[in-house]
Amino acid sequence: MENKPLPPHQLPEKNRCLTNNWCGGLFKPGHTACAGCGQAIAARLVVEAAGPKTIIANNTGCLEVFTTRYPETAWGVPWIHSLFENSAAVASGIEAALKYLGKKDSTNVIAQGGDGGTADIGLQALSGMLERGHDILYICYDNEAYENTGIQRSGLTPYGASTTTSPPGNNSIGNILPKKPMPEIAAAHGIPFVAVASVGFIPDLQRKVKKALSIKGPKYIQIHVPCPLGWRHEVNQTFQVAKLAVETGLYPLIEYEFGVLSSRRQISPKPVEEYLKAQGRFKHLLNNPESIKVIQEIADYNIKKYGLKGAALDTKPTNV
Amino acid sequence: MKELLEGSRAVAELVRLCKPGVISAYPITPQTHIVEELAQMVADGELPAQFVNVESEHSAASVVLGSQAAGVRSYTATSSQGLFYMAEVIFNIAGMRLPVILTCANRAISAPINIWNDQQDSLSLRDAGWIQLYAENNQEVVDFHLMAYRIGEDKSIMLPVMVCMDGFILTHGMEIVDMPEQEKVDKFLPPYKPLYLLDTENPMTFGALADPDFYMEARYALHKTLDSVLKLLPKVSEEFRGIFGRDYKDCLVEEYCTKDAEKVIVAMGSVCGTIKEVVDAQRAKGKKLGLLRIISYRPFPYARIYEALKHVPKVAVLDKALSLGAYSPIAADVKAAFFGKKKAPAVISSFVAGLGGRDITLDSIKEIFSRLTIKEVNSAFVDLKPELLREEYGE
Repeated sequence: MENKPLPPHQLPEKNRCLTNNWCGGLFKPGHTACAGCGQAIAARLVVEAAGPKTIIANNTGCLEVFTTRYPETAWGVPWIHSLFENSAAVASGIEAALKYLGKKDSTNVIAQGGDGGTADIGLQALSGMLERGHDILYICYDNEAYENTGIQRSGLTPYGASTTTSPPGNNSIGNILPKKPMPEIAAAHGIPFVAVASVGFIPDLQRKVKKALSIKGPKYIQIHVPCPLGWRHEVNQTFQVAKLAVETGLYPLIEYEFGVLSSRRQISPKPVEEYLKAQGRFKHLLNNPESIKVIQEIADYNIKKYGLKGAALDTKPTNV
Repeated sequence: MKELLEGSRAVAELVRLCKPGVISAYPITPQTHIVEELAQMVADGELPAQFVNVESEHSAASVVLGSQAAGVRSYTATSSQGLFYMAEVIFNIAGMRLPVILTCANRAISAPINIWNDQQDSLSLRDAGWIQLYAENNQEVVDFHLMAYRIGEDKSIMLPVMVCMDGFILTHGMEIVDMPEQEKVDKFLPPYKPLYLLDTENPMTFGALADPDFYMEARYALHKTLDSVLKLLPKVSEEFRGIFGRDYKDCLVEEYCTKDAEKVIVAMGSVCGTIKEVVDAQRAKGKKLGLLRIISYRPFPYARIYEALKHVPKVAVLDKALSLGAYSPIAADVKAAFFGKKKAPAVISSFVAGLGGRDITLDSIKEIFSRLTIKEVNSAFVDLKPELLREEYGE
């Protein structure tokens, strides 16, 4: 064919059809994600913010499955999947190889996975990557359950959510355990940058990715990505649900620099019911004021802890 | 140059000569001396590699998977539980056709926990798709690592290689080793040129999902490639002899006094030195004994074993490992080499010795030869202590 698409890095800037990907973008359409998948949108936003000089190591999970079903791939950047829990370690090897080749300064390395691959089975490899100081950005796409295997509970499943392994019943309100504080765990490594983003706030998400990639060293970004299948919301409500999580205080958009809280997105808090009632996974709680009260307390705690209603923070890290 | 070296030091020296760009490992006895030596070389500026200290063997294997995929020659080493913790990644590295080189300092497996030598660790991972070479002494350890890089990186192969050396016996043993010169190593082993790599100038997807329409062909290709190693190893060995002067023949097996032998032991690794000593002593007394040493356990050289043993009346297979509840691993493979063939030994007995570091002495070998009679035995243990066994085990 005469009109064989050029690889993205050879296209003029203006033609790098970042949304209309058919001509050879970094994250092409035609993948097999569900309608309304928050992770697919976020993954595209991440790779487009990172640009073509990027190598990605991906954990096993939805994103890997729906983007790379042989012989097709959605990825316009070099991309590798090895196992469920080792993208941080595989990326460490890639980064070491690039250093050896003298190519690290001109190449971004991103490791990424879902919440289970990050906060549960991949936590050790991630901690090792953060502690060793590799120049890698780790992205956790947090859809709050093992959606790929059929919506099982993960360490990042929020309190009260119904999953297939934390179902509500006569003796249970669903998942009774709190969400693992992954951003704080990452920040406790003293790394230069940790951020929480949401697919409901696109410019903020892409700003955080670009900021992270401008900093040398290990970085961690956790992105809230609604899953219509697992969360049981309408497929056209992905952005609305994502926004409500932030606006209720249940998913604070924060940043840490060198372990110190350095930025937070201000909100005018909405009641948590607005977020809960949009999703089938919390439906069983709507007639249970006790549980809703607990979830409201979680939001109130976040609002107080991070000062989500207070004045904007000085973005410079302090030694306090 | 001939030097008196500890086995681990010899491995480290050889790895340095092969110029890897990334080394990653996690501490485990008896492998640690190897990577300690390499870490020192990196610290001293003698080896311009990235040394990645990881938090587990799983990550050590994952790091070298990533670095090799990025187009850089890589190295790791482990033992026992460490190899098992890597197991998931070990299979993955082979499936992704990445020619990583790993030294397995062979050690027993828990439980009971035991840090001493047998070969249960690497034998248990025989189905992973790696080439496995077993060394008898530290000269072979050095030479096999060099050949490992050469074979694994061959464009027609592109597979990882595990060089197995008996823990403590070789890793901590001092021997005279003829270390190859850098110039000759460079002649034998050209710089690593991957067929495919993670490169932003030519983006590719590695590790895609293969559904039932594609998975079997990928595994078939892996299987067939391992078979083809049986043809390549003799060629590489010949080239090695031309440059370094040491002759490993086809590098699949070593036949030691097998031609007219009435009884032959089949074995792998350092115990073969002990067996050779017994064979020599008994031959001096007129007894026709021999040894068939397996060097390449995967791929398994069925045809060579058949040729070497088809006229031998009695064969004993010595395993330093078990397949619990079944024939011992090497014994099962050796027996399979004769199934449905016109010629075969009248007896193929199997013996288990040296588990968890119990010494296999000259007497142990003599005992195996004496228990090798017309009555076939399977997984017969040698040097058991009956006083430690309860009556119900019938010992």
